[in-house]
Amino acid sequence: MKNLKTFGLVLFVILLSSFTSGTTEAVEGYDIGDYATDFKLKNVDGKMVSLADFEDAKGFLVIFTCNTCPYAVAYEDRIIALDKKYKEQGVPVIAINPNNPAAKPKDDFAHMQRRAREKGFTFPYLLDEGQKIYPKYGATRTPHVFLLEKTGKGNKVRYIGTIDDNYARAEAVETKYVEDAIDAMLAGESIPLEKTRAIGCSIKV
Amino acid sequence: MLRLSVLTLLLILVSCGEAEKKKPDTALSEPELGAEAQKDSMPLAVYDYQGLEPLLNRDDGKTYIINFWATWCAPCIKELPYFEQVRKEQLQNDVEVILVSLDMPSMWQSHLIPFIERKKLESEVVILDDPKQNDWIPKIDIDWSGAIPATLIYNNKKRKFYEQPFTYETLNEQLDTFLN
Repeated sequence: MKNLKTFGLVLFVILLSSFTSGTTEAVEGYDIGDYATDFKLKNVDGKMVSLADFEDAKGFLVIFTCNTCPYAVAYEDRIIALDKKYKEQGVPVIAINPNNPAAKPKDDFAHMQRRAREKGFTFPYLLDEGQKIYPKYGATRTPHVFLLEKTGKGNKVRYIGTIDDNYARAEAVETKYVEDAIDAMLAGESIPLEKTRAIGCSIKV
Repeated sequence: MLRLSVLTLLLILVSCGEAEKKKPDTALSEPELGAEAQKDSMPLAVYDYQGLEPLLNRDDGKTYIINFWATWCAPCIKELPYFEQVRKEQLQNDVEVILVSLDMPSMWQSHLIPFIERKKLESEVVILDDPKQNDWIPKIDIDWSGAIPATLIYNNKKRKFYEQPFTYETLNEQLDTFLN
């Protein structure tokens, strides 16, 4: 049994190292420490939005989300709460719908407008028209969060992953990954967990 | 600090559990599973990751196709018939299909069960209900981002994880590499 565990551990380390060496060659998406691209995307109010518009921001919580994914819907209220809490601390939520409306009609611009109105979104909800931005970030699912810190060199990726550790029940959450990351970033401390994974809906192309 | 000790405790619990817990069939009666209210009346097995793990590591000479899906996932629904068809065609080759539903507890009775009945699914369907996704996703595959559909194919010689949808042709193509 013990041998088996040691073997498992060794195997895990080998897998892990092959994984990390593999990703350095791959050019898909950002890793922690990379600088994220700005964009100019249409908001539900019809105006174009860029990160550069937010002169006073200390960072951004870029969240790839949509109208239709049950996981995204399950997190809507928590995303609104995150925006309310952190916008005044200089880290606003910027939501981007990466889905192709042709593949998912209920994720089209009109449905985005309706959803934003119904839920009272307090943050920009942008359409990744032509689906050019999400591949640069390396978003694979909705919701998928990228915490950026504004620095002299650009918007640095500080956290990638999910919002917390219980999608189904907000009241049962034990670790608020995103809040912990923003709090640490604003305090100038290192981020406790920089990458997390979660089940989500694949992005519709 | 508190978090660290909780984590340590959790690790101890997990490592203790592994040694004893080898019978996935008993998972239905495990008290720690979520959605207590619905579970008793469920005709499907509901596992947390520990309960599911033995199904991902059987060493009985068969080839297992483990598909992670949900009723709300359109590309998953689209590929389900291919798994059903391949299961039927490959029975004599000892290929088994297990469809692991990631539907949320609130959707089990309203969506999942009616879906299985409507589509007359013949493959085994089990539910994975474990909110600690960041813990178990990398255990299933270190590269898995968490997007579905995703499929694990394994037997005692080979193991491969696919974060992608399949067609009937690509599924057979991959399965063939396990059977030869």
